Amino acid sequence: MLRCESLSRTYQSGGKPLTVLKDITFSVGAGEFVAVVGPSGSGKSTLLGLLAGLDLPSAGKVYLDGQDLSGLSEDARAILRGEKVGFVFQSFQLIPTLTARENVQVPLELRGLESSDRAASLLERVGLGDRGHHYPAQLSGGEQQRVALARAFTNDPKVLFADEPTGNLDATTGHTIIDLMVELNRAYGTTLVLVTHDPELAQMARRTIRLRDGAVVEDSAA
Amino acid sequence: MRLNFLLAMAWRESRAAHRRMILLVAAVAIGVAALVAINSFTRNLLAAIDRQGQALLGADIRFSSRAPASPRLEALIDTIADETLTVLCQRGECGLAPNDIVAHRTDFDAMAYVPRTEGTRFARVNAVEGPYPFYGKIVTSPAGEWERLTGGRRAIVDPALLTSLAASIGDTLVLGEGSFEIIAAIEDIPGAAGVSSAFTPRVFISAQWLEATKLITFGSRVSYRTYLRLADEAAAEPIADEYGPLLRPDRIRIWTAKRDREEMLEDLDQLGRYLGLVALIALLLGGLGVASAVNVFVKQKRETIAVLRCLGATSRQVFATYLTQAIGIGLAGSFVGVALGLAIQHVIPLVVGDFLPVDVEIRPSAAAIGIGMATGLWVATIFALLPLLDVRRVTPLAAIRAPYEEVTSKRRDPWRWVVSLALAASVVFLAVAQAPSRMEGVGFAVGIGVTLGVLWLAAFLLAKGLKRFFPRRWPYVYRQGLANLYRPANQTVPLVLALGFGTFLLSTLFLIQANLLRQLRFDSGVDRPNLVMFDIQPDQIDPIRTTLDSLGYPLREAVPLVPMRVQAINGHQVLSGAMRDTVTGDTIPDMTNWAFRREYRSTYRDSMMPTEILLDGAWWDDLPDQPTGDGHFAVSLEKDIAEELGVGLDDRITWNVQGLPVDTRVTSIREVDWAQFEPNFFAVFEPAALRGAPHMFVTLTRVEDARMRGRIQRILVERFPNVSSVDLGLLQRTIDRIVGSMIMAIRFMALFSLVTGAVVLIGAVATSRFQRVREGVLLKTLGGTRNQIMRVLLTEYLALGSLSALVAVGLSSVAGWAITRFVFESDFTIPVPQLAGLTAALIGVTVIVGLWNSTEVFRATPLEVLRAE
Repeated sequence: MLRCESLSRTYQSGGKPLTVLKDITFSVGAGEFVAVVGPSGSGKSTLLGLLAGLDLPSAGKVYLDGQDLSGLSEDARAILRGEKVGFVFQSFQLIPTLTARENVQVPLELRGLESSDRAASLLERVGLGDRGHHYPAQLSGGEQQRVALARAFTNDPKVLFADEPTGNLDATTGHTIIDLMVELNRAYGTTLVLVTHDPELAQMARRTIRLRDGAVVEDSAA
Repeated sequence: MRLNFLLAMAWRESRAAHRRMILLVAAVAIGVAALVAINSFTRNLLAAIDRQGQALLGADIRFSSRAPASPRLEALIDTIADETLTVLCQRGECGLAPNDIVAHRTDFDAMAYVPRTEGTRFARVNAVEGPYPFYGKIVTSPAGEWERLTGGRRAIVDPALLTSLAASIGDTLVLGEGSFEIIAAIEDIPGAAGVSSAFTPRVFISAQWLEATKLITFGSRVSYRTYLRLADEAAAEPIADEYGPLLRPDRIRIWTAKRDREEMLEDLDQLGRYLGLVALIALLLGGLGVASAVNVFVKQKRETIAVLRCLGATSRQVFATYLTQAIGIGLAGSFVGVALGLAIQHVIPLVVGDFLPVDVEIRPSAAAIGIGMATGLWVATIFALLPLLDVRRVTPLAAIRAPYEEVTSKRRDPWRWVVSLALAASVVFLAVAQAPSRMEGVGFAVGIGVTLGVLWLAAFLLAKGLKRFFPRRWPYVYRQGLANLYRPANQTVPLVLALGFGTFLLSTLFLIQANLLRQLRFDSGVDRPNLVMFDIQPDQIDPIRTTLDSLGYPLREAVPLVPMRVQAINGHQVLSGAMRDTVTGDTIPDMTNWAFRREYRSTYRDSMMPTEILLDGAWWDDLPDQPTGDGHFAVSLEKDIAEELGVGLDDRITWNVQGLPVDTRVTSIREVDWAQFEPNFFAVFEPAALRGAPHMFVTLTRVEDARMRGRIQRILVERFPNVSSVDLGLLQRTIDRIVGSMIMAIRFMALFSLVTGAVVLIGAVATSRFQRVREGVLLKTLGGTRNQIMRVLLTEYLALGSLSALVAVGLSSVAGWAITRFVFESDFTIPVPQLAGLTAALIGVTVIVGLWNSTEVFRATPLEVLRAE
C-alpha cells in the first residue's frame, strides 16, 4: 500500500543545507497499523509529509497504492490524497469557520460527491451525532479530535496518517481517541500510519519504525 | 471545478467574518456610490439639455455683433426670413410676417437704481424686441408676466437684483434716464445657469424704451443679437456654414441652437467626467482596502488552506474559493453602491445647482448603473487578486509543521507580474474611460501611481527606519506602540496609503482654494481702492471729482480708455480671425485666435504702473527719438497678448481707432499682475499716439464704509446715469461664493474618498483586532493597566496618522503648486497656519477612529480570551 525507497529530504535553512531525512526505505502493507516513533526533531513529521505527498523528497521515491508520487504535480497529489488518504492532526486542524458536520463533509465535497448522509453517520459513529451544527470553538479538545477522525474517514481512505493525534489531549481522552481510531481502522480495513513520541501509544501498533536524526534505527513488528 | 463547493465554501468562510466583510463591502460601495451618483446625474443632465432642443438658444439661429446690424446683415436676415416664410406657408403656416420670426436683443451693462430704497447695482440690461424667445419659456413670478413686458415701460429682473436693491414687484427701476415698473422676477430661463447672473443680474426691458435710457453712448460695450425662427432646425447649420465666413470681416458671429446645445453638452460632460475622476479615487482607495484586507486574510488563513490541501483540495480549488469570496464582496459592494449612488444623485443639484443651465429630472441611468456595477466588481476583484495569488503557494505541509523554507520566491511567480500589470492597466483604463481626454486619463493614473508610490515608500521607510533606529531607551509603552508598526502582518503600508491618499486629496483641494481666493482677493489692504467707476465721458470726469472731493473721498488718477481693434500686423491685414497679405492677397491661416478679433480698450500714459514689470525693450523716456522715427508711435504690449498676436519688439501694428488707422511699433514687452485690481491693459500707448482720439475714463477711490459706498453709487447714478460703478467688496463676496460653490462640488466628491479612507482604517484595525485583543490581554495578565495599553495604541496611531498626514500634506503642496502655477497660472503660497490645523485635525481623526475601534482591547478580560483559544 505504501512504499518508500532511499528517501532523503534536505532543506535550505538560513542559507545552509539541513538534511532532515536520510536514505529511508520501508513498505507498509494494506490494513497494517504502523507507528513511527522518535524524539523531537528526528524527522517524523517530515517523513509523514513525504509519505502523504504533502512534500516531495530531495532523493528517493514514495509509492502510494502503487502510484509514484514523485511523478505527480502538486495538484495531482492533492487529488490522490482526496481519494485515498485521511489525516488526523495533533492540533485537530478543523476549519474554524465550518460547523462540525461541514468539516466532515469537506473531503467529499471537494470531489463533488454527496456528503451529507455520510457525514451524519460518521459523526454518529464517533458519538457526536447531535453536535454537527456546532463550530470547533464550541467543542472540547476531545470532541474536536473526534470530528477530525470522522473527517479522516469520510472519503473511505486507503491510508490514514495520524500525526501525534493525542498530543493535545489528556490521557483518558487520548485513549478514547486511539480506541476509536483503531476501531475504525479495523472496520474500514484502512492502513494506519501513526506518528508519535508516546511509547505507550506506539505499543498499540503492530509494527514500530523508530527514527533518530533522520534515519531509521529500528523497524520491528510487535 | 465544483461550483457548488466553491459557493458553499466561500459562503461558509465569510460567515465568521461578517464585520470584516461588511467593512470591505462598504469600502467598495462608497466608491461605486460616488461613481454612480455623478455618472447618473451627468447623464440625466445631458439628456435634459438634449430634450431642451432649440429652447436653450430661444431660436434656431442667432447673429451677434458688437455693432448694430450692418446693411449686409439686414439684407441677409431679410432673405432668410423671406425663404422661411415661404416654406412655412407651404406647410400651412401662412399669414406670418417677418416680425413673427425675427427678434432682437440688445445687451449692455448699466447701473440699476431703485429710488424708493435708494439701492443701486451694476446690472446687465437685455432690451428685447419681437417674439423672443421662439422656443422655451421664460418663467416669471408672478406667472405669465413675460408676455406683458413689451406693453409699456416695464422691467422683469433677476431675483438677485430685487434682493440687492431691497426692491419688490411694483417698484420703479431707473436705468440711465429711463424709468421702468418692475412687474416680475425671473424664475427660469432655459439654458442660463444661476451663476451666470451672479456678477451682473439681468434686467429685461422692451427695446422700444432703449433710446429713453440714453445709456448707449460712445465706448459702451453693447452686444446686438438677432434671433431667427427657421422652418426647420436643420436649416440653421447650412446657413451658419455658408454665411459665417462671409460675415466674419464684419465681426458678426453666427450661432445655432445645435451648436449651443453641443457646446453645453460638451462642457457639462467634461465637468461630469472631472467629478467622476474624483469619484474614481474613492473606488480605487476601496480597492486598496480590499487588497490590504485580503493580504492579511490570506496570512491568517494559511492553516485552513493547508488543511484543505491535505484533505485533497487542489491549489486551483482553494484559489477559486477565495476568489469567489472576493467577487462576492465586489458584487455586494457594487449592489449597495449602486443603490446608494442613485439616492445620492438627488443631493447633487444642491451642490452644483448654481452651475446647472436647465432643470434636471433625476432618474436612474441604466448606463451609470452598468458602469458602476462593472467597475466596482472589477476593482474589488483585480485588487484582491494580487494578494490572493499567495493562496496557491500555501504548502499542505504547513498543516503539520511550519515549513523550513518557502517553496519558491514570490518574485519568481510569473502570475504576480501578470496580475500586477493587469492591475496597473485597469487603473489606466478606468481613468482614461472616465477622464475627458486620453492624455488627462493617463496623467491622472500616473499621478495616482506616483502619489501611492511616494506614500508606500514613506511607509516602507518608516517601518525599516524604526527597526533600524529603534528608540530602545524610550519607556516600554511607546516602544511597543512603535514596534507594532513593523510586526508581522502589520497594517502600516495599507493604512498609510489609505489615510495618506484621502488626506492628500483634501489638502490639495484646500491649497488650491486658498490660493485662488487669495489671488482674487483685491479689496484687502488699507490703501487699496474698493470702488471703481467707468464709462465716464471726458466732460464728466471733473464734476465727478468735485462730487467725491466734497464727500471727502479723493479720486485716484482718471485713466483714459480708447476702444480699438487690430487692423494690420507688419503690413498683413487682419480679417477678424485670419490675416490677408496686402501685397499678394493671400490669406494667412492659423491666425484665427481671439487676440485678432477682440476689441481692445487701451490707454496712454507717461510712466509704468507698480503692477507692471518691463521684460524687454524700453519705456518711452528711454527711447532714442519719439515717435519711433518712421512715423510709427511707440506701443508697449503685455507678454501674453504679444505671444497670441505673434509679435515681438520692433514689430509693427496698425490699430483701428474709431475708423482711423494708428501705426505703432512695439517698443517694449511688459508683465502685468492682473490679480491686482488696478486699471491694467494689454496695450499701452505713448501719449502722443492717442491724445486726440475719442476716449472715456475709468477711475477708482477707496471708501471704507460699505454703506457709504452704496450712497456714493446712488449719487453717481442720479447725477451721471451713464456712469457705472462697482463695489469691489460686493464683487469679492460674489467671487468667494462662486469659487466656494465650485470647490464645494469637488469637495463633495472628495468626501467619498475620505469616508472610504476611514472605512479602510476601521477595516484595517478590525483585521488585526484579534491579534490586538490577544496582546492587550497578555499585557493585562502581565500587569499592564488599561492606561498603558491605551498609550501603546495611541503611540501607534499617532505615528501612523502623523506619517500619513505629513507625507500627504507635503505631496499636496507639490500638487497644489503645480496646479496653481500651470493650470491657473498664478502664484502659490502655503497658508501655513491653516494647513497645520488641517494636518492636526487629520491626525486627530486617525487616532480617534483607531482608538474607538480598539475598545474591545480595553474591555476584554484575560480569561475570556484565553478560554476562547
